[in-house]
Amino acid sequence: MYDNQWREWKPYVSPLDPCPPIRIKRYVVPPNQFIPFQPMNLPQFPLDEALRRGTLWPALYSSYPSRRAPKGG
Amino acid sequence: MWVYEKKLQYPVRVSKCDPRMAKFLIEQYGGSDGELAAALRYLNQRYTIPDKVIGLLTDIGTEEFAHLEMIATMVYKLTKDATPEQLEAAGLGADFVNHGGDLFYNSAAGVPFTATYIAAKGDPIANLYEDIAAEEKARATYQWLIDYTDDVDIQDALKFLREREIVHSLRFREAVEILKADREQKKVY
Repeated sequence: MYDNQWREWKPYVSPLDPCPPIRIKRYVVPPNQFIPFQPMNLPQFPLDEALRRGTLWPALYSSYPSRRAPKGG
Repeated sequence: MWVYEKKLQYPVRVSKCDPRMAKFLIEQYGGSDGELAAALRYLNQRYTIPDKVIGLLTDIGTEEFAHLEMIATMVYKLTKDATPEQLEAAGLGADFVNHGGDLFYNSAAGVPFTATYIAAKGDPIANLYEDIAAEEKARATYQWLIDYTDDVDIQDALKFLREREIVHSLRFREAVEILKADREQKKVY
């Protein structure tokens, strides 16, 4: 579910927390953070796939899985 | 001047009757990091930015209006068949009393749109960093909307919009690099 664009950290958990603790918190670091200026001639998605994904460039693509589980399709 | 294409940038399908989702989606319609704020921010800054990056601001500002249409379509589909009782149950009672079935530029918390959401600082670097931050904030808002809904069709369109924020952020970052480059020196990117 989580690819290498995700980072995780472990927040402090108190024995007095009122709710069941979430022990691992995650955040995404999209690929734009590692490309100061896009180089020429990067590989491209096929056009129909690019239109669906929102970018022509696999190097810029970031997937985002919903934390809400899908119900009923 | 714009040439208008009478279709959405990306197909919008809504497969679940969930007027509550409209209340949250409206954040990207009339909220501080929403598509209206983005379009107005860039299409205003474009006039006074160095000419090498005017076209970028015009292009992205225009695309933000295309995104605004997509959000509007989602909100419309989610609310057009709702009764006043259903709207009230979805937290949209006050919207109904003021606007009937119309959309309005509000945040999810009901704050009306204001021009204070956009900045124009007269300094190209300051403006572009504002724009980069706005794109990352809009990306984050899309993430929380994707997390909130279990409608996979809405998720699909929101994931497309989220990816566009990532691309726009990179393009603004590249604009900063273009403006940083010394004209006298050979540019190596």
